[in-house]
Amino acid sequence: MKKLSKLSTKNSLIGLLFVSPWIIGFLIFTAFPLFYSLFLSFQKVKITTGGIQTTFTSFENYRYAFGVDVVFVDYIFQYLEQLLVSVPIIIVISIIIALLLNKKVRFRGFFRTIFFLPVIISSGPVIKELIDQGVTTIPALSQIESVLSQSGDGFIIGLLLYLIDNLIVILWFSGVQILIFLAALQKMDPQIYEAAKVDGASTWESFWKITLPSLVPMIIVNVVYTIVNLSVFSLNTVIGHIQSNMFKVDTGFGYASALAWIYFLIITVVLAIVVGAMTLKRRKKHAY
Amino acid sequence: MQNFAGKIVESDAYKKIKKILFGMNEKDGLLLKILVYILLIGIGYVFLYPILRMVVESFKSLDDILNPLVNWIPTQLYLDNYSKANDVLNFFPTLLETLYVTVLPSIAQTAVAAVVGYGLARFTFPGKKIVFALALMTFIIPPQVTLIPKYIFFSDLNLLGSLNAFTLPAISGQGLNSAIFILIFYQFFRMVPKSLEEAAQLDGAGHFRIFFTIAIPMAVPAFIISFLFSFVWYWNETYLASLYFGNELTTLPLSLQQFVATYTQMFATGAEADVNKINEGIRMAGTLLSILPLLVVYFLTQKWFVEGVDRSGITGE
Repeated sequence: MKKLSKLSTKNSLIGLLFVSPWIIGFLIFTAFPLFYSLFLSFQKVKITTGGIQTTFTSFENYRYAFGVDVVFVDYIFQYLEQLLVSVPIIIVISIIIALLLNKKVRFRGFFRTIFFLPVIISSGPVIKELIDQGVTTIPALSQIESVLSQSGDGFIIGLLLYLIDNLIVILWFSGVQILIFLAALQKMDPQIYEAAKVDGASTWESFWKITLPSLVPMIIVNVVYTIVNLSVFSLNTVIGHIQSNMFKVDTGFGYASALAWIYFLIITVVLAIVVGAMTLKRRKKHAY
Repeated sequence: MQNFAGKIVESDAYKKIKKILFGMNEKDGLLLKILVYILLIGIGYVFLYPILRMVVESFKSLDDILNPLVNWIPTQLYLDNYSKANDVLNFFPTLLETLYVTVLPSIAQTAVAAVVGYGLARFTFPGKKIVFALALMTFIIPPQVTLIPKYIFFSDLNLLGSLNAFTLPAISGQGLNSAIFILIFYQFFRMVPKSLEEAAQLDGAGHFRIFFTIAIPMAVPAFIISFLFSFVWYWNETYLASLYFGNELTTLPLSLQQFVATYTQMFATGAEADVNKINEGIRMAGTLLSILPLLVVYFLTQKWFVEGVDRSGITGE
């Protein structure tokens, strides 16, 4: 018994040894900067030749963000709307593409190459150049768009217009998700499907009863990935706003830190709500 | 009687057609197959559209661009855009610098993610859950939150303008999306059967030997995936790069960001400013040149990559 506990102590020390580079890095490059920027967000920061000067301003930066800085609140709502549209589309499309690729199709490798290609090349400057040159909208779709925009401006139509305008860019954010779903699909045991077939389940039923439930963990992973990916993409307006405030004389590092923290908290709340809802649903299912 | 026989024939033919169209048992029907291909080709076209347009535009001379009749096929093979874009991007020297800035942090990041992922997957130690939760949290922290303190920190240590501003965080598991790579390795190493590890232990292998001889070979796809993603993400990272490297180091995406400004400075000044004005063709040629190395790497490694995904599917049984 004593020997066993000694062994487990040794084991946990070795485990810690493996993880130690991360722990050190986390303290230096994440934990400390995180608290320091929280500290800065309550300060007025001035950069002088002698270094950085801070004066405590309490919640002034935060009050400014919600009271004076109208653009910021606008950007936040735009960002949330974009998430609401893009995330479900990206998840559904990538599941569909993964299912298509998982079939015995010819040129599977070719198609996979195409669907993953955008992940390789979509940096901020490249996407910006493509949007600037107007090559990210398909002409046929813009015709539908002009018909739609004449037929009024309800919420749904606004949503559709946003979709058509940004369809390709939205799709371009689904490469990784397709890959993750595809990997999960390929890991599935074909025997389960055979067994289901023997029991008389159709392909349609197999999808809803077997495929989708076993994809749920991957869906959660992909939802989180998509939200974070969209949130930190360099063309995101909120991030652009934070960046531009960083080097402004009247706002500076302090205000930019406050904005970054507000943004961080909003992302966290969104993630908590989405993941919470999805895992709750899953737990309920398991209770039966 | 005749009528009856006809009915049988008809129903046989009907069944046959139904079988071909909708499929039986294992085989998918023709209709489904056609639908699958239509969907794949349709979605594929939408995915590729901007790239196809970019390629076409980059070969167009100013006349072709202004001519509304020239849509997909330029009237001549016009390479002038590329020679101009090459000059503006300063292509080969910038490419070498980009590789330098990209490859080293990627290797560091992948290696560390493997080690940390292994530690999390195969050992229990106090605080493991906290480490895990914090590692996942680092993924959702927007870089903007930690950027300002890091910038001050690097500038105090005189690390601005050197690659260390990228490699130091990478080698301690805090690089670009490090959490994802740790998670990938964690998943891979969790799949290594415990029995295999125990057998090796009985044979007298220590933990590090097991890590190097059993775990790593089983996680080869994870290494490939990790390195590839790191490479691509470090390549495409522009905000941190421009802030940390300043004027000391430049990358192709950063040069692309400055493309119009640099072009105007080089070609469109003085008396000929109007004649040499920048156009879509030159900008698209620049964009294509800046992603060309990535495309080459991708097309060379994607087979490996696809294989890696396939293989991970088999090992997951």
